[in-house]
Amino acid sequence: MPETQIPVTVLTGYLGAGKTTLLNRILSENHGKKYAVVVNEFGEINIDNDLIVESDEEVYEMNNGCVCCTVRGDLIRVVEGLMKRPGGFDGILVETTGLADPAPVAQTFFMDEEVRAKAKLDAVVTVADAKHLIARLGDSPEAEEQIGFADVVILNKTDLVSPEELAEVESRIRAINSHAVIHRTERCALPLDRVLDRGAFDLDRILTLDPEFLEADDHDHHHDHDHGHEGHDHDHHHHHHAAHDPLVTSLSLRAGELDPKRFFPWIEQITQGFGPDILRLKGILALKDDPERYVVQGVHMIIEGNHQRPWRDDEKRESRLVFIGRRLEVDMIKAGFEACAVAPA
Amino acid sequence: MTQIDEKAFGAYVVESVFLGDTAVFALGDGTIRRVTGEDEQTTEVHAGAVLAATRSRDGKALITGGDDGLIAVTDAAGTVEAIAERKGKWIDQVAGGPSGAVAFASGRRAAVRLGDGRERVFDLPRAVGGLAFAPKGLRLAVARYDGVTLWWAGTEAAPASLEWKGAHIAASFSPDGKYLVTAMQDSQLHGWRLDDGKDMRMSGYPSKPRSLSWSVKGRFLASSGANAAVLWPFHHKDGPQGKPPLQLGAREVLVTRVACHPREEIVAVGYQDGMIMAVRFDEEEVLLRRPGDGPVTALGWDDRGTRLAFGTEQGAGGIVTVV
Repeated sequence: MPETQIPVTVLTGYLGAGKTTLLNRILSENHGKKYAVVVNEFGEINIDNDLIVESDEEVYEMNNGCVCCTVRGDLIRVVEGLMKRPGGFDGILVETTGLADPAPVAQTFFMDEEVRAKAKLDAVVTVADAKHLIARLGDSPEAEEQIGFADVVILNKTDLVSPEELAEVESRIRAINSHAVIHRTERCALPLDRVLDRGAFDLDRILTLDPEFLEADDHDHHHDHDHGHEGHDHDHHHHHHAAHDPLVTSLSLRAGELDPKRFFPWIEQITQGFGPDILRLKGILALKDDPERYVVQGVHMIIEGNHQRPWRDDEKRESRLVFIGRRLEVDMIKAGFEACAVAPA
Repeated sequence: MTQIDEKAFGAYVVESVFLGDTAVFALGDGTIRRVTGEDEQTTEVHAGAVLAATRSRDGKALITGGDDGLIAVTDAAGTVEAIAERKGKWIDQVAGGPSGAVAFASGRRAAVRLGDGRERVFDLPRAVGGLAFAPKGLRLAVARYDGVTLWWAGTEAAPASLEWKGAHIAASFSPDGKYLVTAMQDSQLHGWRLDDGKDMRMSGYPSKPRSLSWSVKGRFLASSGANAAVLWPFHHKDGPQGKPPLQLGAREVLVTRVACHPREEIVAVGYQDGMIMAVRFDEEEVLLRRPGDGPVTALGWDDRGTRLAFGTEQGAGGIVTVV
C-alpha cells in the first residue's frame, strides 16, 4: 500500500440533523487544506468550491445480494476521477443521504482494490439532532444504524433541548454505540480535528477502546480515566426502557490472554455467520506467547487484523473486543469469546 | 530495436493516441499535448481534469470528457471543438461512432451527438459504466448495473437489453460486430454472442480487467487485470467458451493496460510499475520501457504499428519507436 492514501471521512445523519452545516463549516474554515466533497445534491452548500462533486448513490451488490458485499459504484468512479487531477488533496468528505446505510460507503474503501490503493477510510461521523433523534430512533432503522456505525457522533442542536433531554438522548446513543466519541454542539461548532483525521479504521491508531480516553488523550490533559468501566456489566440494563429496545447495541468483551488457535477460527465463524448484523467490531488482543498487541477491526464480514506494537511493561496483557450490531446474540458471542481465553477469565 | 522519446507531462495521462503522425496525450490537468517529431504543443481544453478520452472512429481527432462538464473534439493541428457541455456534471465516459457521432455520459444519462449536430439523450435506471459503438451502424452499447442496454441512436426504436447480474464497467464490440464484451466490477469479463444472446464468462482475474483491446482481425481479445496480458480466442465458432486464454508477458506485476498491434499478432503490455513490453502471440518479448513513474495508464499504436504512444499515472509519457 502506498503511504499516500487519502483519508476519507463519511458524514451521515438524518435529514435536518446538520450535515450541511458541518460541511459548510469544514469548507469555509481557514485551515489551508484542500478537501474534495462528494454530496448527494448541492443543496445548501454555499461554498464556491470546484471540488464539490454531486453524485447519485449507486449501490452495487457484488454477490448474492448480501449487505456485506455492497459498495458504492459512484464513489469508485468519483475517487478514480479525483485521482486524475494534479496536486492531490488532503482529504475526501462523503456526505450520504439521510436514509443511507453507511455500510456500502465504508465497504467501498475495503473491497475495491483500486480505490483502496488511493484512499482509506478515516472515520464515520454521524450528525444527530438532539431534539429529534429519539423520535427518529423510534421510527427509522436507518437512524439507529447510522449511530451504530459511527466513530464520532456530533450531537447537534443542544440549545434546543433541556439538560435532562440531552442526558437522555446521550444515553440512548451510548446504548446503541458505547464506542463512539460524542461531541455536544450547537450549529455543529467544534474544532475540526475532532472530525477529521481520526484514523478510526487505522489499526496502528487503535490505542484503547474507551472513547472518552481517546478524546482526553487528544487534548493532552491529565485527568482520571476511571469512568467506572471496571464495574460495568454489559448485560444492557438501561435505566430507562422506551417502548422499543434498540435493535442495534454494543457488546464489550474482556478476557485475559487468548489462544490464537481458538480465537481466529472463532472470529472467522462469528463474522461469517453474523456478518450482516455486525456493523462494526474493534479489538485489542493479547495472544498467548506473543509479545505484541494484536489489533483487529471490521465492518460486517470484512475483518482485518495486525500486530501493532509490543505490550509495554506497565500495561495489563488483556484482550478487549467490542461489537456493535443488530440483534447480537450476546450470550453466545460472550461464551465463545471467553472460551478462547487461555485461562478461564 | 526500439527507441524511446520520454516526456515529463507532469499530470496523469488519461489517454495517448496517434492522429496520423502526431502523438496526442490527454492529461489530468485538462490539457492536450501534441507531439509531432521534435515539436511539442500544449492546448488548454478542459477547465478541470480530463476524465475520459478516446480516438474518433476516423482516427483524425481525440474526443475528451472532463470534470468541467465539457465534451471536446481536438484534431492533430490542435483545433478544439466544444461539441457539448453539461454544467456541473462529470463526463467520465466517451465513445466515438460512425460519421462523426460522439457518445458521452455522466451518471445515469448518456447522450449521442450526431455528426450533423443533433443530440439524442438516453436515460438509464443506473449509472453508465461504459460506452461503445458497434462497428457497423449507429448502435450504442451502454454498460450499466446488471447488464447492457443497446440503442439504435438514430431511430426511435425501443432499446434492447442484455442482462447479466453485477456491475458492468466497460464495453467493447468485437470488430466483426458478432460479440459484445464487458468488464465487470467483480473482476471478470462477460460476453454475449449478439445473434443469439448466448452468455460467455471469462473469469479468473485478480483485479478489474478494465483495459480491452482486439487483436488484428479480431482473433483475440486482450485484457488487463492479471499478472499477464490475458488474450481470449474469438476465432472459434463458439468464441472463447471452454478455451484457455493466452497469457503473455507474465511478471510478478499487475498488467494495467493492453493495446494490440494494428497489423500483427503483437500486444503492447503496460504494467503497474510503469514497464511496457511488446509480446508476440508466440510469446517472444521485447522490452519497450523500463519501470518507473507509476502505473501505465495509456497505450496507443499508430496505424502502421511502428510507434506506440504511452503515458503513466504520475505524468510520464512519450513515444516508443519500434524499428
